[in-house]
Amino acid sequence: MNDKLLLLGDEAVALGAIHAGLSGVYAYPGTPSTEITEYIQGHPLAAERNIHRQWSSNEKTAMEAALGMSYMGKRAIVCMKHVGMNVAADAFVNSAMTGTNGGLIVIAADDPSMHSSQNEQDSRFYGKFAMIPVLEPSSQQEAYDMMKYAFDLSERYKEPVLMRLVTRMAHSRAVVATGEVREPNPMSYPSNPGDWVLMPAVARKRNEQLIALQADFLTEAENSAFNKFIEGKDHSVGVIACGIAYNYLMEHFKGGCPFPVVKLSQYPLPVSLIRRLASECDTLLVLEDGQPVVEEMIRGVLDNGKTVKGRLTGDVPRTGELTPDNIVSALGLKDEEVFPPSELVVPRPPALCQGCGHRDMYAALNEVVREYENSRVFSDIGCYTLGFLPPYRAIHSVVDMGASITMAKGAADAGQFPSVAVIGDSTFTHSGMTGLLDAVNEKSNITIIISDNLTTGMTGGQDSAGTGRLEQICQGIGVEPEHIRVVVPLPKNMEEMKQIIREEIEYRGVSVIIPRRECIQTARRHNKQKKQ
Amino acid sequence: MHTDIILSGVGGQGILSIATIIGSAAINEGLYIKQAEVHGMSQRGGDVQSNLRISSEPIASDLIPLGKADIIISLEPMEALRYLPYLNKGGWLITNTAPFINIPNYPDQDKLMKEIKNLQSVAIDVDTIAKQVASPRAANIVLLGAASPFLGIDVAKIEDGIRRVFGRKGEDVVDMNLKAFRAGLEYANNSIKK
Repeated sequence: MNDKLLLLGDEAVALGAIHAGLSGVYAYPGTPSTEITEYIQGHPLAAERNIHRQWSSNEKTAMEAALGMSYMGKRAIVCMKHVGMNVAADAFVNSAMTGTNGGLIVIAADDPSMHSSQNEQDSRFYGKFAMIPVLEPSSQQEAYDMMKYAFDLSERYKEPVLMRLVTRMAHSRAVVATGEVREPNPMSYPSNPGDWVLMPAVARKRNEQLIALQADFLTEAENSAFNKFIEGKDHSVGVIACGIAYNYLMEHFKGGCPFPVVKLSQYPLPVSLIRRLASECDTLLVLEDGQPVVEEMIRGVLDNGKTVKGRLTGDVPRTGELTPDNIVSALGLKDEEVFPPSELVVPRPPALCQGCGHRDMYAALNEVVREYENSRVFSDIGCYTLGFLPPYRAIHSVVDMGASITMAKGAADAGQFPSVAVIGDSTFTHSGMTGLLDAVNEKSNITIIISDNLTTGMTGGQDSAGTGRLEQICQGIGVEPEHIRVVVPLPKNMEEMKQIIREEIEYRGVSVIIPRRECIQTARRHNKQKKQ
Repeated sequence: MHTDIILSGVGGQGILSIATIIGSAAINEGLYIKQAEVHGMSQRGGDVQSNLRISSEPIASDLIPLGKADIIISLEPMEALRYLPYLNKGGWLITNTAPFINIPNYPDQDKLMKEIKNLQSVAIDVDTIAKQVASPRAANIVLLGAASPFLGIDVAKIEDGIRRVFGRKGEDVVDMNLKAFRAGLEYANNSIKK
């Protein structure tokens, strides 16, 4: 079954996983990783093989469920955006300590330049932290091919493998030639059942074993077909090009790069290739998307060896994604003479859709909080983050998934009133529920608005884990039933909404207001489906 | 052959369906293709763009370098100018003339059109033409038609691409889009002659 398909990087990863004998994908939506899971959800072979493909509540539950599937001998992947790694970190780092049974690949999609994120953290650090192999594809074809390789690597060493994507790999299309389609693994219990109980005595033994594997992981990286030493005639510079940085380098040298190059797509750092490059070249240039991970490793603290140029030296910009343009001067090339930017063009920031329920919620909230001298509204990750921009300018913080409720609590602890949290339904079930329990236990004086659009809106309308059960969840956690208020956010209900918000701010305890109306994007899609 | 294309517009206008048709034609011709898209937050009424590269030789970067785009295809006039530094000095700007005004400080429209006309450009009111010959929904296909002389792919092959992409939706939809495509092509041919 050798096809040629035009695929996004995310889709190439997804198809590669299916063809490598995947039994389950576990994920929480997050740009730019969402399309991996969506592609598997839509693929006929996934349905035929009954591959697990439902969304998880958050990245940690996804990571743990995937580890459970691996325990049973089957192949699993976990997909998330880079900041999802922070949520999954406890399970992720300890999955290297338990080890795996069936192949387990963790796919983290980084977002340098923060097209759709709150930071530029580089997931390669997580791979090093957990002491496991990391793969970083430079093309969609490599992304596809790497999945089989990564499952095999994982099953050979009984350790998880981290695959790192960046936005321009995840969200760019190219033609991919597909290969052999493997069967999933049969069920089998681990041959080393005691290793999975990480009490200190076991963990100490496992730690020794994991450290002993580091030499093997290094050998694998040094011999990997994804890492290449490419000869060049001009030895004034040796270039280390990580992941897609290799493409930006080669864009400038259609006939071949004059400098020797180490094309780097598998970690730990292949030390022998780097040493050879250093011994043959006068200086080194590191091109890597994200943070200066490789550059720091090569320079070290003493930095008394070869001149190493990169993001730390400013030869490549310290922040932001790489482009073919911002590596030009580091390569000693001249900038093209181009049209100057038009002076007429002004920014066009994203905005909440016309008719969106979050708009009505913010309109009502703004009017009520204006009645108080000093109100603070702590918000969260989702479409409603756009409430920071005009015309609403309604919120004072956005930090991480779920932080609205706990920050409002902490502020109330410090004496803030009114202390309001605004969170979406999917973000609430992702990481807001445990914070709500803290607030209930202390009867904190906060007002929580769960703006419920019945979906995970920002990433394109995926299922939301608590749909239809938010009142029950809040009641179960201990919010008093009379302070769980539901309203339909529409302009005609403005007075009712304002009255409810006013009453619940005045209530000295935890109250939850749920403005509930379907996301207009998913509503439009559902109406279309009904007509057909 | 090698054509680097920047597609631009406002989130929701449908630049990606233009890319899909060009991509389909390119693949059918056995050409290499890379297409970088923007998903996520910026799709909510913000500016969006896609880099589409097609070539008979392998393509390195997913992103088009500054000054290397052969053509900018825009569904919105101000968005057409946003990526101007990426257009090569001999490149063409193909843009819809109807503004999408969802910001308070939208620039003066006469100045905007003047700047566009000072460039090597085809400026076309795709919404009006789509309404006249086909359906308002086919506005982006009118624009594709207007861009088709500059793509480096045979016009007939792009029409085949339209047939493949819309084939599932039935003969009527295919015909409507072919009409829209040809109206855009005709407008561009007349405009170039002038």
